[in-house]
Amino acid sequence: MIELKNITKSFGEGASAVKALDDITLKVPSGAIYGVVGASGAGKSTLIRCVNLLERPSSGDVLVNGQNLVKMNDRELRQTRRDIGMIFQHFNLLSSRTVYDNIALPLELAGKSKAEIHEAIEPLLQLTGLDEKRQSYPSQLSGGQKQRVAIARALASKPAVLLCDEATSALDPKTTNAILQLLKDINKQLGITILLITHEMEVVKSICDRVAILHGGRLIEENAVEQFFIQPQTEIAREFVRSALHEKQPAELEADFHKEPREGSRPVVRISFMGHSAVEPLITQAARQFNVDISILQADMETVHGNRMGFLTAELIGDEAATQAATNYLQQHPVQVEVLGYVN
Amino acid sequence: MSTDAWLLLGSALWETVYMVALSGAMSFLFGIPLGVLLYSTREGNILQSPLTNQLLGAVVNAARSVPFIILMVAIIPLTRLLTGTSIGTTAAIVPLTLASIPFVARIAEGALNEVPGGLVEAAESMGATPLQIISRVLLPEALPGLIHGITLTLVTLVSYSAMAGAIGGGGLGDLGIRYGYHRFDGVIMAATVIVLIILVQLIQMAGDHLHRKFDHS
Ligand SMILES: Nc1ncnc2c1ncn2[C@@H]1O[C@H](COP(=O)(O)OP(=O)(O)OP(=O)(O)O)[C@@H](O)[C@H]1O
Ligand SMILES: [Mg+2]
Repeated sequence: MIELKNITKSFGEGASAVKALDDITLKVPSGAIYGVVGASGAGKSTLIRCVNLLERPSSGDVLVNGQNLVKMNDRELRQTRRDIGMIFQHFNLLSSRTVYDNIALPLELAGKSKAEIHEAIEPLLQLTGLDEKRQSYPSQLSGGQKQRVAIARALASKPAVLLCDEATSALDPKTTNAILQLLKDINKQLGITILLITHEMEVVKSICDRVAILHGGRLIEENAVEQFFIQPQTEIAREFVRSALHEKQPAELEADFHKEPREGSRPVVRISFMGHSAVEPLITQAARQFNVDISILQADMETVHGNRMGFLTAELIGDEAATQAATNYLQQHPVQVEVLGYVN
Repeated sequence: MSTDAWLLLGSALWETVYMVALSGAMSFLFGIPLGVLLYSTREGNILQSPLTNQLLGAVVNAARSVPFIILMVAIIPLTRLLTGTSIGTTAAIVPLTLASIPFVARIAEGALNEVPGGLVEAAESMGATPLQIISRVLLPEALPGLIHGITLTLVTLVSYSAMAGAIGGGGLGDLGIRYGYHRFDGVIMAATVIVLIILVQLIQMAGDHLHRKFDHS
């Protein structure tokens, strides 16, 4: 388990100081895949580098499996880092070493014998599908293969925690999916806790259990992934959800869209539901019972965290009391209805 | 060329190889660790210590700005202390070594600077000690660059050793000056130059070969 408590990190001093992290508190449960998303410069890399103290926080505590890294001396910290694997956007493999020897590095550093190293590496080569590449040098590998080597290397010392800093950002979509699948398998098979940071919501959508949003160095939202997609709380979160679902802004769908109701305006709602809810009859029912027209502007089915989920954007046409009643009716069922704004 | 001339050429070649090899070995022995120190004490690097870095840098720069010919004369007392004499091939090794140490140090520092910072970071994330980072990551990754630098140093030493030879150090330079310049023996002069060219060529070829062998990037 990873726990960050009131982490603050500033770069530079005085007037030119940059506050990269501002009072971040978060908890990554054991065995979870936890995603942190944010725009460029939000502080994601700084945050993940604080977990193994590659970056020392200006203040706050970093607990990994209950041990406070901030309080450790150099020797204790090195020892603890062996229990925290890390992979990077640009792989960071040693060009002078073969695949096998790259994976062996953390074990060599820990003073393991040749036999112990061999025993640890063989299953990793199988797990990451690198068996035939063991004698290749990194320059002879594709990006995806390089990241597999980096993953195997990070796992070699059997860490409890894996940190991934934009691990798929240098890869094409197909390779990205394969690497994400591998991370998921590792999480399942080894029970390893994964903290990953990314600017791609797709990554969160496909493998994360929980997600946090970082914005300007602050953690502005945190939730289980399904809940996050159904009901994002902040405008920035909504923006991320939209981008992951390829949803359009209501304003792009309806030219005269506005946030506040006006005289005679019609609500635009976002309806989200788990794939099994029979949403069509429900909508038909609501329309009939309250005498409103429900005009679907956009509809999409997506797999989020392994669940089929549906997302509709619809305009409710009818008098105010009727649309309100229809909304209430829908909300009593296992669907989420959120009023996005109004059109005239 | 007479048999005598061939013999002269042979022993001069041997003296040059002896001077270059020994002063080369000594300057790598001291210069590479100095380069590692220059690199690792720099701000933001694994043993950062700006004061040490500036101090070392100043000493290295000062040593590099002294012209070789002056250095050679200036350190005669030291040379005498170390070798018991101030002339001859063995004596020449002292100034040659002293002149190349800062050169090698800067070259090693440059080769280490070429190693991507991410590799050091990755090693740190694995719990490597600074010494392990130097021995397991930095030096192996900088090896191709170091081989380039070593080759360059050896070639430079060949020409410096010719200069050292001119003040009684022996070797090919000495032979060329004594016969070619003082006795107007054009044949020996030309032969000396040809042997020097071949020697440098061989060093370069060996260096390139090793570079290819160790460069996997
Ligand atoms: N070593 C540093 N020195 C000074 N400022 C830094 C340093 N590292 C990061 N910053 C600043 O901290 C802020 C957060 O940077 P960070 O690299 O954590 O962002 P990020 O979310 O990872 O962005 P990206 O998606 O572009 O990688 C930025 O304003 C950046 O300029
Ligand atoms: Mg980053």
